[in-house]
Amino acid sequence: MMQSLLNLLDLRGRIFLGCLAAVIIIVPICTLLIPAGSMLHMPTYVVALLGKYLCYALLALALDLVWGYCGILSLGHGAFFALGGYAMGMYLMRQIGTRGVYADPILPDFMVFLNYKVLPMTWWGFQSFPYALLMVILVPGLLAFVFGWFAFRSRVTGVYLSIITQALTYALLLAFFRNDMGFGGNNGLTDFKDILGFNVQADGTRVVLLMLSALALAAGYMVARAVTMSKFGKVVIAIRDAESRARFLGYRVETYKLVVFVLSAIMAGIAGALYVPQVGIINPSDFSPANSIEAVIWVAVGGRGTLIGAALGALIVNFGKTYFTGALPELWLFALGMLFVLVTLFLPKGVLGVIDDVMERRRISKRKPMAAE
Amino acid sequence: MAFASDNPSLTASLLYLDGVSVSFDGYKALRGLSLTLMPNEMRAIIGPNGAGKTTMMDIITGKTRPDEGDVFFAGEHDLTKLDEAEIAELGIGRKFQKPTVFEHHTVTDNILLSLKAPRQSLATLFGRTTAAQSQRIEEVLHIIRLHAHGDRQAGALSHGQKQWLEIGMLLAQDPQLLLVDEPVAGMTDAETAQTAELLREIAKDHSVVVVEHDMTFVRDLGVKVTVLHEGSVLAEGPLDVVSADPRVIEVYLGR
Repeated sequence: MMQSLLNLLDLRGRIFLGCLAAVIIIVPICTLLIPAGSMLHMPTYVVALLGKYLCYALLALALDLVWGYCGILSLGHGAFFALGGYAMGMYLMRQIGTRGVYADPILPDFMVFLNYKVLPMTWWGFQSFPYALLMVILVPGLLAFVFGWFAFRSRVTGVYLSIITQALTYALLLAFFRNDMGFGGNNGLTDFKDILGFNVQADGTRVVLLMLSALALAAGYMVARAVTMSKFGKVVIAIRDAESRARFLGYRVETYKLVVFVLSAIMAGIAGALYVPQVGIINPSDFSPANSIEAVIWVAVGGRGTLIGAALGALIVNFGKTYFTGALPELWLFALGMLFVLVTLFLPKGVLGVIDDVMERRRISKRKPMAAE
Repeated sequence: MAFASDNPSLTASLLYLDGVSVSFDGYKALRGLSLTLMPNEMRAIIGPNGAGKTTMMDIITGKTRPDEGDVFFAGEHDLTKLDEAEIAELGIGRKFQKPTVFEHHTVTDNILLSLKAPRQSLATLFGRTTAAQSQRIEEVLHIIRLHAHGDRQAGALSHGQKQWLEIGMLLAQDPQLLLVDEPVAGMTDAETAQTAELLREIAKDHSVVVVEHDMTFVRDLGVKVTVLHEGSVLAEGPLDVVSADPRVIEVYLGR
């Protein structure tokens, strides 16, 4: 079993997992053991930032699985991310208990404020962490299943599918904005106190959450890799490249698409669940179509259909964003825009594609002198 | 509707079309098309553009539903009630007019995906390639003359090689019936002759329906010919007889 897991990894995969392992080992040391003021100390805000970006990387990975490998350009993947986030947020809200402003042992503050008398059914069970985890997986997975079942069976493809995924996340955005949905309306869920008894603001908790995010990204990568390297993965790529050919060979295209879509939605949901305790808030803006489109850009920047490229793209774009907002406060949006234009124009295969090309060229130039001998 | 038991020509047939009609936006692509193919028979279908050749294939493979008429496979399966994947699983393979292969997969993987094997997602997720499968892939690559190209990306093959690869994929699928749409379009003369040989080879243990414009190629095949015109059968028989038919000369071959 171990052997077959290792077989899945090429050199690049090992480097990627090695980097994540390094993050898991180094960050706790630099944050918790090395005292503040030392050159090597990592301040908490960097930990929170890195943790957040690792969640984005997992979302990008999930998106790459459907877009890069199955050709389904989902412009609504933020919806699955946000649903996972809301499920976690609801658990965190229930943990606040009497420490809220209104000190109601059961009802979160916003419900007291809105004159709720009893806890809505949708909130039942969320005081239990295992139940919340189950919902983190179940809610995005189920939505993806129902959506995909109808969309893929009716053979909606290409730009039409992209448009309805966009509509899906927009509809959820509008729904979650409404106070009577019972999810905190415009303000969303925030003011979290603790998770499993640990203070969410504490350095230790933050470091552990970051480590979990890195682990989730590594696990997500391994699962995606195992899926894409299997015969199943080959069928999925075949569907991307020649859907009708796959159909006439006897493959149930809609089932394959559905499996990949649901798997990807679950991964996105887990990313969202890890994201919420680290940023301390979840609100309807996470459903906004712009977020989902940005995730597509991360994948494009990193290189679609490579998994690692998608994760890399999420990190590059987000750190770039952080850097530009500091270095060029007036111009950062333009700088970001330029980045996207340049990547689309000059790096159609993304950053990882460029690395591939350079390696290929070097290999050829190495071979030439040998041929001359 | 005809039942298998009370129609002798249906029970004996591999493929049975009776009175099939279909129209798109008022345009009648097929008008009462009837055609019977026997097991292990090879048949060439010719006819001018718009005669309904490709529509006929669409109906047999489940891509298009006929407005009326019966379509039966092996005397018992009503193809009008099944979808593409089910029909493929029954044993009908199809080659498209434009070569359609999985361009980003290697030639070997193209054949691997076509091999007769369980098609369910669970089976492909956890299944492994067996030694017998690898051996079969080698055999098919030899038959289609691509054994030296197994590791190349299918997208990098020449047009003619892609056509052969697609035929190879059908072979690997091992269907009872192969539908082949213009296999030699865009091929050189040498490639055309090799393709005819390849199809004759395949026809030894498969039933084949070939749609083709190239009359030299049809002559090379040396099989019974069906001429379609305006969505129904105009003439049927050996090529020499058919090409002497004044109606066929009128609509298709020209004087």
